[in-house]
Amino acid sequence: MDARRGAGPRAVPKVRQVGFFTRNPNPNSPSPPSRTRSVPPNSNSPASGNSLSPVMIPPPRHVSENLSYLRTTAAVPVPYSRRIAQEHVTVVGSYNPADSVLGETLSPSFLDDNSDASTTLGWFSRSGSGKLAAASSSLPSGGFDLTAVKFDKFCGLEDKKQSQIPEKIGGVAVEAQNEVPSSSKPNKAKTTKAERRALQESQRAAKAAAKGEGNKSAASSRGAAPAKPQKQPSQKKDDPLVALSIAASDRKGTDRPPEKERKKEVPAPRMQFDDKNRVEKAKKRALVNQTEARNRVELFRHLPQYEHGTLLPDLESKFFQLDQMHPAVYKVGLQYLAGDICGGNARCIAMLHAFQEAIKDYTTPAEKTLVRDLAGKISSYVSFLIECRPLSMSMGNAIRFLKNRIAKLPLTCSESEAKASLCNDIDRFINEKIILADKVIVRHAATKVRDGDVLLTYGSSCVVEMIFLYAHELGKQFRVVVVDSRPKLEGQALLRRLVAKGLSCTYTHINAVSYIMHEVTRVFLGASSVLSNGTVYSRVGTACVAMVAHSFHVPVLICCEAYKFHERVQLDSICSNELGDPNAIAKVPGRIDLDKGTNKENLQHLNLMYDATPSDYVSMIVTDYGMIPPTSVPVIVREYRREYLLI
Amino acid sequence: MDFQVVVLAGGTSKKLVPLVSKEVPKALLPVANRPVLSYVLELLELSNLKDLIVVVEGQDAALCVGAWISGAYIDRLHVEVAAVPEDVGTAGALRAIARHLTAKDILVVSGDLVSDVPPGAVAAAHRRHDAVVTAMLCSAPVSGPSESGSTGGKDKSKNPRCYNIIGLDPTKQFLLYIATGAEIEKGTRIQKSILRASGQMEVRADLMDAHVYAFKRSVLQEVLDQKDTFQSLKQDVLPYLVRSQLKSEVLLNGVQQAEETGNEKGSSQNSHMILSRILSNASAPSFHKLYALGHDGSAPVRRTHKCCAYIASNSKYCVRLNSIQAFMDINRDVIGEASHLSGYSFSAQKYIMHPSAEIGSKTTIGPQCMVGEGSQMGDKCSVKRSVVGRHCRIGSNVKVVNSIVMNHVTIGDGCSIQGSVICSNAQLQERVVLKDCQVGAGFVVSAGCEHKGESLARKEK
Repeated sequence: MDARRGAGPRAVPKVRQVGFFTRNPNPNSPSPPSRTRSVPPNSNSPASGNSLSPVMIPPPRHVSENLSYLRTTAAVPVPYSRRIAQEHVTVVGSYNPADSVLGETLSPSFLDDNSDASTTLGWFSRSGSGKLAAASSSLPSGGFDLTAVKFDKFCGLEDKKQSQIPEKIGGVAVEAQNEVPSSSKPNKAKTTKAERRALQESQRAAKAAAKGEGNKSAASSRGAAPAKPQKQPSQKKDDPLVALSIAASDRKGTDRPPEKERKKEVPAPRMQFDDKNRVEKAKKRALVNQTEARNRVELFRHLPQYEHGTLLPDLESKFFQLDQMHPAVYKVGLQYLAGDICGGNARCIAMLHAFQEAIKDYTTPAEKTLVRDLAGKISSYVSFLIECRPLSMSMGNAIRFLKNRIAKLPLTCSESEAKASLCNDIDRFINEKIILADKVIVRHAATKVRDGDVLLTYGSSCVVEMIFLYAHELGKQFRVVVVDSRPKLEGQALLRRLVAKGLSCTYTHINAVSYIMHEVTRVFLGASSVLSNGTVYSRVGTACVAMVAHSFHVPVLICCEAYKFHERVQLDSICSNELGDPNAIAKVPGRIDLDKGTNKENLQHLNLMYDATPSDYVSMIVTDYGMIPPTSVPVIVREYRREYLLI
Repeated sequence: MDFQVVVLAGGTSKKLVPLVSKEVPKALLPVANRPVLSYVLELLELSNLKDLIVVVEGQDAALCVGAWISGAYIDRLHVEVAAVPEDVGTAGALRAIARHLTAKDILVVSGDLVSDVPPGAVAAAHRRHDAVVTAMLCSAPVSGPSESGSTGGKDKSKNPRCYNIIGLDPTKQFLLYIATGAEIEKGTRIQKSILRASGQMEVRADLMDAHVYAFKRSVLQEVLDQKDTFQSLKQDVLPYLVRSQLKSEVLLNGVQQAEETGNEKGSSQNSHMILSRILSNASAPSFHKLYALGHDGSAPVRRTHKCCAYIASNSKYCVRLNSIQAFMDINRDVIGEASHLSGYSFSAQKYIMHPSAEIGSKTTIGPQCMVGEGSQMGDKCSVKRSVVGRHCRIGSNVKVVNSIVMNHVTIGDGCSIQGSVICSNAQLQERVVLKDCQVGAGFVVSAGCEHKGESLARKEK
């Protein structure tokens, strides 16, 4: 819980600043280029500067005790066109619901603060882009602090409560929505389906009204606007309703697909493994016999954890029964399970290659269409792979890409054409999104290596390794500190390869990171995924290294390909993580097992695979679109997601 | 899964000579009143492998086996029975049917295997490592009658026998060395390069090669084509592949071509290199790869291939029927401790008696026994740990201990049979005493004879 509590208040301003909608007077605000791209200079940005005025007019205090009343009355000043107003709706709505919800559910007296909060919005967004400490101290009213605190509390709320809230609000606000767009801002994030549709239609109408269909800036800014609300709900992604709204909102970010397609795209709410009924159901579907581990840590019950010893033999013995699996897919699954392949890029490439093989061998059965049948096939492969090992987010992105390509296949093209084009697409994805991206990252990051540097890395990241080797090739004089940790000891392989190439290296374990950090001038880290609040999701221990580096004022550079970016927001490493083999930490070769001689009932092993590094500790993210601050991640996600879906 | 299964059912093995005959080839020897081949076929059927090639040595034997298979599995399996000339060996047999092999990998199973190790596990290990050959190893069986001290071992095989000497790498996934026990007495050579590459080698004598192999087809055919003298998979092909794993002479063509095409296009090769580097760095490299890379770690300089081993867990049953002793052991085990293999349900007294079998008064049938269909027994008989086949006629006062009596055998009154095998249609007249004997098919043992440790069979004319 500590992580959650710690991340809460910090993450709040981050959420606010990500969109670059408000004009930012702060000179050290991050990534101006992306702002200019996303916000058109002529119409929208002044609008967004002034836009707060309708919001800022506080409703009469005496009437605001009733929230629904507030909503209908707050709509009074709507001086701008619908379109603009709606953008604000989404902008504000991205975080406001929390406040309003609190106002409703926690304490009615908070309403005053709530309206205060909305009036002080301008300050938030301005100060939020700077340092948090500065922001909170510079606030004239207690509004910010209050909201922050409440927000924090809100995060800690039980899921049950959260799931009730949206319905309540949605019910209240249904009528208000269409007539008075600006009033609906507080509950944007958790609208019901009907509401969303209404909103979408109105947006569509607005779009038609906006003369320039080809006006890129307008389109992009509108596309961008709805991307925001997802930040808010993702804190409680246990809630299926919210999961829906995430999906809906990120679809809106791209070109709007027909309703049907959108429904298909909606990901099922993530499986919670502490829900017994659903686990049972999933088990029946599963191809692999999974025995749940018995002694599990209570806090991580919602994550899948199986007895590792039994999975592999079971899957192996079923080799010939799994007829529906393509051999290549099966092999990759087996390799995931056995741990033969690890590392985000390698897993993703292996998976895509397997899919490529499968597509090559695919023939459409009679009376079926390729698009549907192949998509189903791929889905079954994916669920098989998930059973072998939970997918990484980068793989999720790759799968989404592939499915999109399949769905977009023209109906007229023949089977061989379709297969060839899909294989080609996969090749291009690997080439452009991984290999070329790595090359670009290496070029970028190598400029940050100077003579005499001491570079620290943690674990074994293939991009970081390439950076070191490239910088070495360029003739730069530097030293590398490889920090490693049990149980995987991935750093040893990296160390071996670096030393073989003639780099001078230091090897240490993570226990000594605070000692070694004195001499380090830069920290290069890899990432499994970068989330849109700038949180870096990576091998467990990364957060620790980044934090130590931060406190020693050593810049932390995260090297990560843009295809690993994800629009999800995660504040802690609890709600979504992967549990490794508990035996890996219990058994150390050459020592007595931890399990020996202890009571098994009250000893639980927790082998977490990933952790979340808050964006505060990250100085820069080196990606294939350049070097960006962590606050610019959502821009990349929003602006380039579309492009690579349509690659 | 792109696998083809070849069952090598053998012919009339010389090792089993009084038991096998023209009518009963090795594959049809009864184990718990079922042909031994049925155990393999059912194991494969259980693994969803329904397209099989059964290779039998000798035309006559092939006809027998084919007739039996078509009778028993007509609607369940799709079996092709191929006859190869006698004495070509296992490698020769594969050479003979090479044109039927089309799949990417071939699973070669010996027809005399009685096992419950899933063949899929071997195939999966093979695929996972992209190996050239994967061999299944199981713990060597304890041969000889186990707990009963009543019968001394017939031959020397009661001593713990060394089946194979097997060298494994520290992860127990790769074969570094393999030799049969007989060879090792002359002394052996272990290659320094393999030892150095793997760093460590675990030499085990308690494992047995179960003769279940997964081969990469292209490699297998190449080896069989190039090395005409290779006779046996176990003694020639497998040791050859293991021996040459670090200076591979197979697989050459494929790799070379790939490299050449890569060189043509500079840019694509570059990205290809990065790709392969990402992939290779992601996994812990096997010693093969490290060795192939040489010292500078650049492009591969040496060609290697992988020889894997799948070690069946100790809880699994896995024995080959390749000697008379093994035949008796398997019969004992299948109705005893490995009874789940037999496919019969045991009564509370742990014996199986066909409902049509008749026994006289005061006849006792002990646990771990089996009496087949239509057999008749007189009074005061005693049957312990034995299998009695179908339609046998056993007189009164007969003791059958640790023995196998096949079908249509007539046993006179007052006989005593210990640790013996009596083949079909044999006839034992009154008061015959047999200990550790084999009685060939149709042989008549005259009244009152006592035999010990003999093999009794009709002279072939």
